[in-house]
Amino acid sequence: MRNTQATKLVFELSKPGRHGTRLPESDVPERPLDELLPPAAVADDPPPLPELAEPDVVRHYTNLSTLNMSVDTHCYPLGSCTMKYNAKRNERMASLPGMANLHPYQASATIQGMLQLLFDLQRMLAEIAGLPAVSLQPAAGAHGELTALMVAAAYFRELGQRRTKVLTPDSAHGTNPASARMAGFDSVTIKSNTQGLVDMEDLKHKLDQEVGVFMITNPNTLGIFDDQVGEIAELVHKQGGLIYLDGANMNAIMGITRPGDFGADMMHFNPHKTFSGPHGGGGPGAGPICVAERLGPYLPTPVVVRQGERYLLAQPSPHSIGRVRSFFGNVGVLVRAYCYIRTHGPDGLRRVSENAVLNANYLLSRVKHILPVPQGDRCMHEFVASAASLKKDKGVPAMDLAKRLIDFGFHPPTVYFPLTVQEAMMIEPTETESKETLDAFAEALFRVTEETPELLHESPHTTVISRPDEVRAARQPILKWSPPD
Amino acid sequence: MPYSFITHEDRQAMLSAIGAASLEELFAPIPDELRIQGPLDLPPALCELELEQHMHQLAAKNAPAGEKVCFLGGGSYDHFVPAVVDAIASRGEFYTSYTPYQPEVSQGNLQVMFEYQTLICQLTGMDVSNASLYEGGSAAAEAVLMSMSTTGRPNKVVTSASVHPEYRQIIETYFEQLNSELVTVPAPDGTVSIEQLAATVDDDTACVLLQHPNFFGCLEDVAAAAEIAHHHNAVLVVSCDPISLGLLKRPGDLGADVVVAEGQPLGTPMQYGGPYLGILACRERFVRRMPGRIAGQTVDRRGRRCWVLTLQTREQHIRRERATSNICTNQGLFALRAATYLATVGPQGLRQTAELCLRKANYAADAITADRRFSRAQHQPFFKEFVIRDAKGQVEALLDEATNSGFLAGIPLAPWYPELEDCFLVAVTEKRTKEEIDALANCLASVSVEAPVAVTQ
Repeated sequence: MRNTQATKLVFELSKPGRHGTRLPESDVPERPLDELLPPAAVADDPPPLPELAEPDVVRHYTNLSTLNMSVDTHCYPLGSCTMKYNAKRNERMASLPGMANLHPYQASATIQGMLQLLFDLQRMLAEIAGLPAVSLQPAAGAHGELTALMVAAAYFRELGQRRTKVLTPDSAHGTNPASARMAGFDSVTIKSNTQGLVDMEDLKHKLDQEVGVFMITNPNTLGIFDDQVGEIAELVHKQGGLIYLDGANMNAIMGITRPGDFGADMMHFNPHKTFSGPHGGGGPGAGPICVAERLGPYLPTPVVVRQGERYLLAQPSPHSIGRVRSFFGNVGVLVRAYCYIRTHGPDGLRRVSENAVLNANYLLSRVKHILPVPQGDRCMHEFVASAASLKKDKGVPAMDLAKRLIDFGFHPPTVYFPLTVQEAMMIEPTETESKETLDAFAEALFRVTEETPELLHESPHTTVISRPDEVRAARQPILKWSPPD
Repeated sequence: MPYSFITHEDRQAMLSAIGAASLEELFAPIPDELRIQGPLDLPPALCELELEQHMHQLAAKNAPAGEKVCFLGGGSYDHFVPAVVDAIASRGEFYTSYTPYQPEVSQGNLQVMFEYQTLICQLTGMDVSNASLYEGGSAAAEAVLMSMSTTGRPNKVVTSASVHPEYRQIIETYFEQLNSELVTVPAPDGTVSIEQLAATVDDDTACVLLQHPNFFGCLEDVAAAAEIAHHHNAVLVVSCDPISLGLLKRPGDLGADVVVAEGQPLGTPMQYGGPYLGILACRERFVRRMPGRIAGQTVDRRGRRCWVLTLQTREQHIRRERATSNICTNQGLFALRAATYLATVGPQGLRQTAELCLRKANYAADAITADRRFSRAQHQPFFKEFVIRDAKGQVEALLDEATNSGFLAGIPLAPWYPELEDCFLVAVTEKRTKEEIDALANCLASVSVEAPVAVTQ
């Protein structure tokens, strides 16, 4: 039933002379082109783009869309990514003309509603974080990390302190050490202990006055709340360092504990995860950051402030690190986050976390009879199962299980992350799945583990393609379509 | 609680399966002393209808393009977006999916990425494109960092005052951490001084960053800049307006080594500044140092053509602190919009769009400067934007007055360019009609005659 004609490459569907759009004739007095532009600047022909009729375009991309799994169509328990339901109402609200058609350089008097929304969002994020100063500017979580580390660097420069190191646990997202490097720090890895928590001995050994920031994900990428965090913060603060919280896992703790309350000085939110901004096939996200009072002056410019009844853009202080992004930020994502927070209110956000943790623990209680979960019987919003013994006994790696789950109608969990668990399968059901769906997932996983290695190696069997040759893609890169010779 | 399936009975059954007496027990790992006491201080929950009423109230306090006639540019433009683009981008299979880690269930997204990369190469004249970055400004910063690592010249980058001031500010912010120097060559009549550029670029220079058409709308001499950069084995990075490429020679054909752009004009609404997409394309030799996601073609186990994320050894999830960048996403939804837009307008539609912008902008410049109070501040050829000088030097009051008359008339340049404090930037897209342009010109002229210019804050 699949339409293989329409899903050829758009370039292969092109035919000279077709066009998908028609624009009005020019209504201003005609002048020769060479009066308006130097002939040397003008191309003889327009770029060699494909030529299609509008129905071609619609059929092509509609058919391509059906080759994706998505939250709207499937359970998507991709650990660490919080693939929860994206409410349709938020899409409608973000596309109101009074929101979507605002130009970033409009005078503040013409965007008071937008500035009020952003100002209120700053305050709401500050409350959820327990950290009072907010920048909505960063464009993604990784961008928030980088921005906060630059804020930290500016703060230490101001204090006249030379701090060259950023510490990250070995279970951290790869963005943490990469951001540290981009912000001019050396990244130092801290080991995890056997329970998957920060190894305190290793931390104490590596902690000194050259350490600027300790970056922690809490709950961590194993789905465990590191209850040593208070002690860690105390140790780091004693040496004059700062604690950064990677907010990727805020879905587990909203309304229960706040990063500012457990010692964090800076953090980012992932509104596309926690506050259900749709993931868009890889983006957009956003990465607003919240910081302690003393770091507020260093935040990027601009922030939204209120003067009496009016809202304005302002520089946080002369100490601001400057800009990290053009214009204000990923406002469309922030508008959806605002709608999400307003829809839930304080009790609703707490309920989100409770249900996310309930769902994850329930699924854990079923999965642990199928695959070992090395870090124990309880988790927060996600957990990491290991296929290591299955690989040893039957030669079935985690990837085979992941691929075969697709045939049962489930998006696979995150595999091979975190790096601290062998044959890791990181499972995050989110609060927007039903008990029936979680039961079906556990059942599918059980059936998969019972199947023959041969069947699994060749899976998935129901998709349009199976097991692409990734080595070939990297060794002989073909990164664009070329016309046939 | 909205969007939840969990009934009371479900909860009891699930807790019992877990072996927990209560929900509270699941949160036992969080020590009491770290807990928040009482509820978060947030406004109460709104149901869907209440939310909608509230959002309509907020939206009513804004004056969007459409309600006002928009002549604002500076990197974000009120271009026409065909309905096809919205229809495709609002398919849940696209916008509620994520990064294609599992290619078997992401061929739709991967093929879109591959098509997008090809379209961007066709548009810019480059060999390779990534699958997009955050927006134009950080794309320019990433291109600069890529040039520094490729050339092994970490100390110096040369740019022009005619490059978007916010793009330069972003680079300054990044450079603060790296102890590198961004040297800005003046643009005395709206374009970079080629003599001063030649005198500034040296063998320590990693790259030259230009914008064409530049922030003022003027055309730069890209070929001359390429010659200067290449003479010193420096990289030429050109930031461009993708719509202009319907008409202008492609940066790749003028000697650019890396092309970046704000992708918003290709089918993305203005949304008060984002999310947009950053375009970054380059010559083949940079590919292993490129930041961001890249899709590549391969075959599956049965030999069928398909697409995967590739060259991932550049990326943070593999290389951690040794990655080419910390970026771990692309702006997939906006790459999709750009691809749909370009496929819909095609080469002729893009050419026509560019020509309409050019003709209408030139007409608008003439219409506005028909009043002697106004003149063009620069005298170079321009594409769809130009700088107007107000002889009375009362830009803010003038623009406020125009707003009251229904026009978002221009962007004051004073915050970025003290020497242009009596100037504002006007942009004209294909959407503006002659009638609207005439009305704007009349409005500005009437302010100059009638309104006693109030000193506003």
